[in-house]
Amino acid sequence: MDPPPEQVNYICGDCGMENTLKPGDVIQCRECGYRILYKKRTRRIVQYEAR
Amino acid sequence: MAKKDQKMSETETEEEETEAESMSESESGSEEQKQESKGGGIDYIMSLPDVPRNLPPHVELQRTRVFANIDAPTHTDSIQYSGAFASVGLDNSFRLDQFRNNFRVEVIRFSDDGMDMEFDMIGIDPAIANAFRRILIAEVPTMAIEKVFIANNTSLIQDEVLAHRLGLIPISVDPRLFEYAENNAPNERNTIVFKLHVQCAKDLEEEKGQSKKKKEEKKVPPRITVKAKDLKWLPKGSEFYLESEDSNSNSSSKSKTYTSFTCSQDSLPKFSNNKIGFKEPLDDINIARLGPGQEIELEAQAVKGVGKTHAKWSPVATAWYRMLPEVVLLEEIEDEDAETLKEKCPVGVFDIEDIANGRKRLTVARPRACTLCRECIRGGEEWEKRVSLRRVKDHFIFTIESTGALPPEVLFTEAVKILESKCERVISELS
Repeated sequence: MDPPPEQVNYICGDCGMENTLKPGDVIQCRECGYRILYKKRTRRIVQYEAR
Repeated sequence: MAKKDQKMSETETEEEETEAESMSESESGSEEQKQESKGGGIDYIMSLPDVPRNLPPHVELQRTRVFANIDAPTHTDSIQYSGAFASVGLDNSFRLDQFRNNFRVEVIRFSDDGMDMEFDMIGIDPAIANAFRRILIAEVPTMAIEKVFIANNTSLIQDEVLAHRLGLIPISVDPRLFEYAENNAPNERNTIVFKLHVQCAKDLEEEKGQSKKKKEEKKVPPRITVKAKDLKWLPKGSEFYLESEDSNSNSSSKSKTYTSFTCSQDSLPKFSNNKIGFKEPLDDINIARLGPGQEIELEAQAVKGVGKTHAKWSPVATAWYRMLPEVVLLEEIEDEDAETLKEKCPVGVFDIEDIANGRKRLTVARPRACTLCRECIRGGEEWEKRVSLRRVKDHFIFTIESTGALPPEVLFTEAVKILESKCERVISELS
């Protein structure tokens, strides 16, 4: 069973706008049309040793 | 025995004798007495309160002082062996009652905030003084951040570096109120949890509602400096939930957090009127700088530890000692020589006093300030003959700089307790 296709947030490399893309969408910023989008950092908790 | 004594004094160089002279003038009378009654009265003389030693004065000087000569220090060793002075009929063995009577501690200075302290320890072996110093640095426990759980960090500083920086922040909490975590789960008795959630405003959003004029005025994008005071104490423990198979545990039980506190720490009597936080001046420590739109969200767990595991647990910025400097004028220094010598010393050890007929004489006013830089005995042999620089071997000027968890005097008593427990461990293992 595949989980339903998730919407993923990206940040435009030019204007900094947040974009939501689904699988199969065109990789392009909705605001300015820039074609480089960056994925956001995971919300998962990462553990570090303070040393 | 008397022959041996003579031989010894003959072999000593003249220079040392002249150095000793200033010390021996007052003792010369008692020395004759000692030599007269050497036949059988040694024990009697030793029992007299005003005759602690019957060493020849120059040997006594070598035993108790380090000589800071122009080229190198001499007589730096402390003499432990009980028979070291057997040839002059002196028992050099360690005596507990003598140590008890002679040992003194004198507090010299407290800083205004009470976190720095200077005191003198007089009549103690360097090995023990050093043991206290090492225990203060490496074995007196404190609390320090050990685990960092980062939910979000979009700042320029990397997660690892950020975690390391957090670890080094001193936490002003009495570590005696906590247990060592060891391998136990973090609970309210061994862990302090802090939360850090800071966000810098986006300049875009801010400017949306503003008029054009204001836009132009506010060209500088927002910046935030994250300080230690932004770390907020979470007395109830972690607020982050452990990730688990959501479908299974969603309904059955509450999802677990990163800590297992059974009660809130601020309900405990030891913290109820003593909130854990960062007080002046420790609240002003920089953690990171944030640019527009950047965010840090994390939780940090502080645990108890000692400095030998990692320096972040060291309770002192540093603790050190130096032996008491002793500056002795071997001859009267007057007029022009006095002026030159006073000018020579960079820390102002010497002073000039006026004597009769408008003449001036040099005095040693502040020997404690001496750094033994040797500047006063530089410039030819005649200067070496005028001044003798020494250190008192059993007088330690001890300085403790606390990082804020405990005041320095408490730290020192804790160090003494640790040394005591170490001794007890050795004794119990030997018996």
